[in-house]
Amino acid sequence: MSDANLTDGPITTADGTSLKKSLRLALRRQKIRALLLIAPLFLFILLTFIAPIFDMLVRSVENQSVPETIPRTIDALEAWEAGAGAPPDEQVFEAFYTDFALAVGYKTHTKLGARLNYESSGLSSLFRSTGRKVGKFDTDAYADAFVEADPAFEDPAAWATWMAGAATRQALPLTADTYDAWATMLMDTKGKLAAETEIPDFVTTALYRDLANGSRPADMPDVNVSGWEPVSLAGQFAGANKGWADPQVWAIIKTYGSSYTPGYFLNAADLQLTPEGISQRPENQRIYVRLFIRTIVLSVVITGTCILLGYPVAYLLANLPLRSANVLMILVLLPFWTSLLVRTSAWKVLLQNQGVINDVLVWIGIVADDNRLELINNATGTIIAMTHILLPFMILPLFSVMKTISPSYVRAAKSMGANDWTAFWRIYFPNSVPGIGAGSILVFILSIGYYITPELVGGTKGVFISNRIAYHISSSLNWGLAAALGTLLLVLVMALYWVYDRIVGIDNVKLGG
Amino acid sequence: MNLTTKLLATTVLTVTAGAAMADDMTIVSWGGAYQGSQLKAYAEPYVANNPDVNVVWDESSNEAVAKLRAMNEAGNVTWDVVDVVAADAMRLCDEGLAIEIDPDTQLAPAPDGTSAADDFGDLLISECFIPQIVYSTTIGYRTDMVGDTPPTDVCALFDTEAYPGKRSLEKRPLNNMEWALVCDGVAADEVYDVLATDEGQDRAFAKLATIKDDVIWWSAGAETPQLLADGEVVMGSTYNGRLFSVIEEQNQPVGMLWDYQVFDLDGWIIPAGLSEERQARALDFIYFATDTQRLADQAKYISYGPARASSAPLVGQHAELGIDMAPHMPTDPANSQTAVLYNFDFWADYRDDLDAKFQAWLAQ
Repeated sequence: MSDANLTDGPITTADGTSLKKSLRLALRRQKIRALLLIAPLFLFILLTFIAPIFDMLVRSVENQSVPETIPRTIDALEAWEAGAGAPPDEQVFEAFYTDFALAVGYKTHTKLGARLNYESSGLSSLFRSTGRKVGKFDTDAYADAFVEADPAFEDPAAWATWMAGAATRQALPLTADTYDAWATMLMDTKGKLAAETEIPDFVTTALYRDLANGSRPADMPDVNVSGWEPVSLAGQFAGANKGWADPQVWAIIKTYGSSYTPGYFLNAADLQLTPEGISQRPENQRIYVRLFIRTIVLSVVITGTCILLGYPVAYLLANLPLRSANVLMILVLLPFWTSLLVRTSAWKVLLQNQGVINDVLVWIGIVADDNRLELINNATGTIIAMTHILLPFMILPLFSVMKTISPSYVRAAKSMGANDWTAFWRIYFPNSVPGIGAGSILVFILSIGYYITPELVGGTKGVFISNRIAYHISSSLNWGLAAALGTLLLVLVMALYWVYDRIVGIDNVKLGG
Repeated sequence: MNLTTKLLATTVLTVTAGAAMADDMTIVSWGGAYQGSQLKAYAEPYVANNPDVNVVWDESSNEAVAKLRAMNEAGNVTWDVVDVVAADAMRLCDEGLAIEIDPDTQLAPAPDGTSAADDFGDLLISECFIPQIVYSTTIGYRTDMVGDTPPTDVCALFDTEAYPGKRSLEKRPLNNMEWALVCDGVAADEVYDVLATDEGQDRAFAKLATIKDDVIWWSAGAETPQLLADGEVVMGSTYNGRLFSVIEEQNQPVGMLWDYQVFDLDGWIIPAGLSEERQARALDFIYFATDTQRLADQAKYISYGPARASSAPLVGQHAELGIDMAPHMPTDPANSQTAVLYNFDFWADYRDDLDAKFQAWLAQ
């Protein structure tokens, strides 16, 4: 390197590139290497953690099954007023007939019924029973009349030719739409060609409607339908199941007709979506708000008891000679090595009415035999069992923080005249607060999502919101509601975390060191 | 061995392993004594006839519906035959997760030539469901805790004066609502009509409220037998097969009632979305496993009634205890005089609604 380089031009490295550039290059290389190193973990978290959470968020508002199964009906219902107290007019039923017949072909009508049954009991069997009858409606009268007018109407090949003509399609919009949807359904479900399959009644019904509207397609046999007796589809549906004459049913369909719905979230907050707007659920169906409150209250209590029980143990551990501290430490860690279910079942044996604790208390004479303590199948059981299970999560962070508090602080305080209590309370305790913070966060967040222990020992008054989420996932199959409840729980935990950060400060949390 | 031979050997091994995998048939059931009875009565004789099939058991029936839905969404169905209760079969059928079965062509006729559809009769409650057993939920009680007058009817549940002590009931509205109404004076054949109305539901809850403080709510079938054995409860509801094993096999001081037992069905479904080959084999297994003799054989190992009418006369003795099984069948005429046939359509519709009310009621 020459002096000229130092004074005149930009600083360069031995090979002549500028120092700035080569430094940037080296830094970038380092960054890429760091990124590559964390990439596996990042991908893993993305796939197994972030993506499922996102999927859950989407599920909680998703409602595509309704508009996708009955799109024509949803369009036709636009004009209908739910508040009028009358079922929708014939036009809606005509659209619904096409949608429903197609849904039966795809076998999605029962799925739709199950979806709408979440909002109103009885819709599931309404859809299922109507599905069995929709193929046998009196609309076969149209088909018979068409065939009587011209036998070509019976020929699937002739239909295929008509439906291929642009002019015919334009003249017969309803028929073309229905025929296409039917042909697609045939191909998708049975792999059959429409040109070789008998024309179903709902397609001829669509043709009748087009012709009755005054269309006269050129290349089709001319049929005058004005004299025919129309078949009331409203009547046919009401005949299949009287539920279809109930405006309430249509109000539900209209209310839940969009692709996305706030319905699950409202339900999760004990509210409901009605045609008149959002309202509270009836008193005897409100359950989730109560469960959320109970989950938080019990979790706070469990965290509190963990602090009370864990703090002295951690203090002892941190201040005993290493040898005896290690023995104690094994006792603290022992529960970690035992199955959760075994520990919970053990509590059942201990706590039940005829259990060990009650037996001992009766034997000593503290409680009467006919007045044994209720220690299980209620909130008490949940608190006891969960405190036991989560205690190590409090003790370990406390211990690791206390280990770093130098004994000389307390000695210094004492040398300046503080008594034991003052030295502890003014010197030792403030130093151990970060450990309490870390333990509390761990215990609280773990307990708020706990599921199996409350289920086993909680009875009815000691179960958490997570038990309802599990119920909706595995039993009721209402995954939308489960997702909404899960999302609310997630938001709740984040909000509490934020509050905690505001009050205690997250920098004051230490897991050790 | 050079590289080529190694590669060849590996390929051959992989292919044979793949072929072996293809012959695995996964049967999903409930585990425990029930799955044991299926292994003895169905799977072992089937494998004896089809030695190339390897049966793999999965004990996931209690969450079968949720898992099948997840498998279906992922597009990878790994189960071949699934044992579920009738209500779950209806849900699976409704959701298009199970295939429809034609009883006349895909199930074996009775030995006397009666078609399968007639032989199963009313028990074919869904197009996708092949019934296997009739079980019932009924009441067991501690014989040493009820004094000199053991209970004779289901309403003893609500009689806390004559029979003080805790009762265990299932933590869901099903069965409990029916019993509450029957004991509140509703005729058995009107129970579901009454239960479909708000007033009827309030009435059932009001009746249940009279014993609410005395109830321990269970969610697993093993809980009531355990609570009875521990003396925690004086009486409680559970499945009749569980009571059979507590009374006959374990000789506990427990008695049982058949009064207003609630019949329910358990049976097979075949998941939708299987390859043609796997579906054909699953159908072949079902054809074999639900014929008259096989259903009667299962009753040798567990006290659940065969779902076919033609199997009932063939029910013999318990395989180990040697006692006659017929009087222990929920379907035995002497036991089923006052039985309630669980209304599947009603519960398919009202389960979510009533469950929400039930849970809210419990939490109050």
